[in-house]
Amino acid sequence: MQYLLRRVGLLLLTLWVALTVNFALPRLMPGNPLELMMGKLGAQGGQVSASAAKAIAKAYGLDNTHSAISQYFTYLHQTALGHFGLSISEYPEKVSTLIGQELPWTIGLVGCAVVIAFVVGTAIGAMAAWRRGGFFDSILVPTGVMLQAMPAFWLGILLLYFMAYRFGWFNVSSTNEVEARQLASLSGLWAIIQASILPAVALVAVSLGGYVILMRNTMVTVMSDDFVKFARAKGLPDRIVATRYAARNAILPVFTNFALSLGFVVAGAIAIEVVFDYPGIADQLLAAVEAEDYPLMQAIFLIIVLGVLLANFISDIVYVFLDPRIRIGGRS
Amino acid sequence: MRAFLRNKKAVTGLGILVFFALMAIFAGVIDPHDPNNINFTPLAHPSSAHLLGTTPEGQDIFSQLIYSSRATLIVALVTGALISVVQLFMGVFSGYVGGWTDGVLSTITNVFLVLPGLPLLIVIVAYVQNKSVTTIIVVLTITGWAWGARVLRSQAISLRDRPFMEAARMSGEGRLRIVVFHVVPNMFGVLAANFFGAALYGVLTYTVLQYLGLGNISQLTWGSMLYEAQNDTAFLLHLWLWLLLPGICILLLGTGFGLLNFAVDEVADPRLRRNDPVRSSTRTTQTGGPGTKPQSTTTIPLVPPPPGELTPARGGT
Repeated sequence: MQYLLRRVGLLLLTLWVALTVNFALPRLMPGNPLELMMGKLGAQGGQVSASAAKAIAKAYGLDNTHSAISQYFTYLHQTALGHFGLSISEYPEKVSTLIGQELPWTIGLVGCAVVIAFVVGTAIGAMAAWRRGGFFDSILVPTGVMLQAMPAFWLGILLLYFMAYRFGWFNVSSTNEVEARQLASLSGLWAIIQASILPAVALVAVSLGGYVILMRNTMVTVMSDDFVKFARAKGLPDRIVATRYAARNAILPVFTNFALSLGFVVAGAIAIEVVFDYPGIADQLLAAVEAEDYPLMQAIFLIIVLGVLLANFISDIVYVFLDPRIRIGGRS
Repeated sequence: MRAFLRNKKAVTGLGILVFFALMAIFAGVIDPHDPNNINFTPLAHPSSAHLLGTTPEGQDIFSQLIYSSRATLIVALVTGALISVVQLFMGVFSGYVGGWTDGVLSTITNVFLVLPGLPLLIVIVAYVQNKSVTTIIVVLTITGWAWGARVLRSQAISLRDRPFMEAARMSGEGRLRIVVFHVVPNMFGVLAANFFGAALYGVLTYTVLQYLGLGNISQLTWGSMLYEAQNDTAFLLHLWLWLLLPGICILLLGTGFGLLNFAVDEVADPRLRRNDPVRSSTRTTQTGGPGTKPQSTTTIPLVPPPPGELTPARGGT
C-alpha cells in the first residue's frame, strides 16, 4: 500500500513539474507571450476580438494585472478544468478539439509498437541467453546494439523510400485522406491499417534492441542463480527450466523497463510520425512548434506527459501482482 | 585494461570511434571541397570530382558528409561528459551520502526519469531564441541525465558499506574526499560505461533535433543533411545516397558508442561475459562477500524497480 502511495505521489509530483515547466518557460524567455500570440494571430489576418483576447489571456493566466503567483494558480486551475485555450494556427479552433482528433492515431501506433516490441524482444533475448555463446547469441548483441544506435526516423525514411516509393508495396499517401469520421467505416479502417504498417514496423524495429539486450543480460544472471541450478539438478526438462524458472524471474526487470522505456518509444514515434506524415499528435506537435502555436504545443506536451505517467502507473500496479516481494513489503 | 583490449566489442567500438575522430580532425585534408560552397553544378551525378554528386543547391555531398562528423562528434562527447558530471553528483554523491540529501536528489531523479525526454526537449528548444551548439548541449544534458544517475546511485550504495570504506571513514577523511578518492575509482567501469551510453544518447538526440529542423540548422551535421535531403525531395530526385550515407554514419558512430558501453560493462561484470566456462566460479571470484557484491549496470536488481542501463540509448530516435 505504501508502495502504491509513493507511486501516486511521484506521479503527481512529475505532473506538477511538467505544468510548472509549461508555465515558466514562456515567461523566462524575452517578450510577452500574450503579445506574441496576438501578433501571430494578427499576422494571419485573423480578427481578434477583445473577448477572444481576454479568453486566451485567461486560459494562460496571462493577464498582467495580477502577480506571477496568482497567474500561476489561474493557470493550474484552468488546466485542471481542461481549458487549454484556443489554437493560434487553426484559430478559433479549441486546442482540446484538435488534440482529440489526432490522439487515437498516436495511441494506436505507440500502443501496438510497444506491445509487439516487448513480446518479441523478450522472447528473442530469452532464447539467446538460454543458448549463450551459440551462433544466435553471438550475432545478437552486436545486432541489438546496432538497432539501438539506429535513428528511428532514418529507418522510416528508408522504408518509405524503398517499400512505398520505389517498389510501391504500400500506399502511404492514404494517411492524409483518412478523416476522423471515416474511422468507423470498413474502408476507413483498412486505410488506417495500411497507413500504420510501415510506421509501426519502423518503431518496433528500433524499440526491439533494448528489450532483447536487457532480457538476455538479466536472464544470463538469473541462470547462474542457485535455484535454476537446482531445477536442472532435479532433472526438470530444459523447456520448463527455461520458461518457468529462468525467464519468469528474468522478465520482472524487463517489465519495469517496459513502462519506463515508453518515454523513449514516444521519442521514436515523434520522428516517425513526421517522416510518414502520420496524423498523430507528435506530427501535430512539430507543426505547432513551426507555426509558433504555443497553446497547442504546451497542451500536446502535457498530454504526452500524462499518457506516459498513466502507463507507468498502470505498470506499477501490475508489478505489485507480478512480484510478491512488493506486496509483502520486505526489502526496501 | 588488458581484459578490455581482449574484448572484441571494445576493440571494434574503439576502432569506429578512432575512425570518426580522424575523419573530423583531418576533414580539410581528406576533402577537396568546401562543404558550404554552393557554386558547383547542381544535381551532378557522382564522379571523380564529386564522389557522391551534388545537392540541388550545388553543394558537394561528400564534403558535407566528411565535415558533418565534426559537430556531431563534439556534441556527442561534450554531452556525454557533461551528463557524466551531473550523474556523478546526482547519483554517486547522493547514494553515498544517503539520508535526507539522498531522499531529495533521488526524488528529482525519479521525476526526470518518467518525464518523457524528447517532448520536453522540443518544448524547451521551441522557446529558446539563440540555438547555439552550447545551448543545445545544455538542453540535451538537462533531458538526458536521469537514467544513468539511478544506476550509479545503487552502485554507490552497494559500495558504501564495504570494509575499506569503513576504514576510510575511520581514518577521518571527509565525505567529499572519500567520494572522489575511494568511491569514484571503484566505480570507474560503470562510470565509463555510462559515459558511452550518454554519448550515444547525445548523438541520437542531437540528430533527431537537427533532422526535425529544431536545432541549429546552419550547423552542418548528419542530422541537418538529412533534413536538407528531405526538404529538397531527394526521394523524387532519386538521390538515395544522400539519404543513405548520413544515416549510416550516425548508425556506425552510435554503434561504436553502444559497443563500448556494452564492453566496459562486460569487463566490469564477469558474469556477462559470453565464454565464461564455469558459471558458479564467477560468483565467488567477485570481490566482496555476498550482499556487498556490486550490481552490474545492465543486469538490474529486482526490487525496487530501477531502469536498465542500455535502454537510455533509445532516447534520441
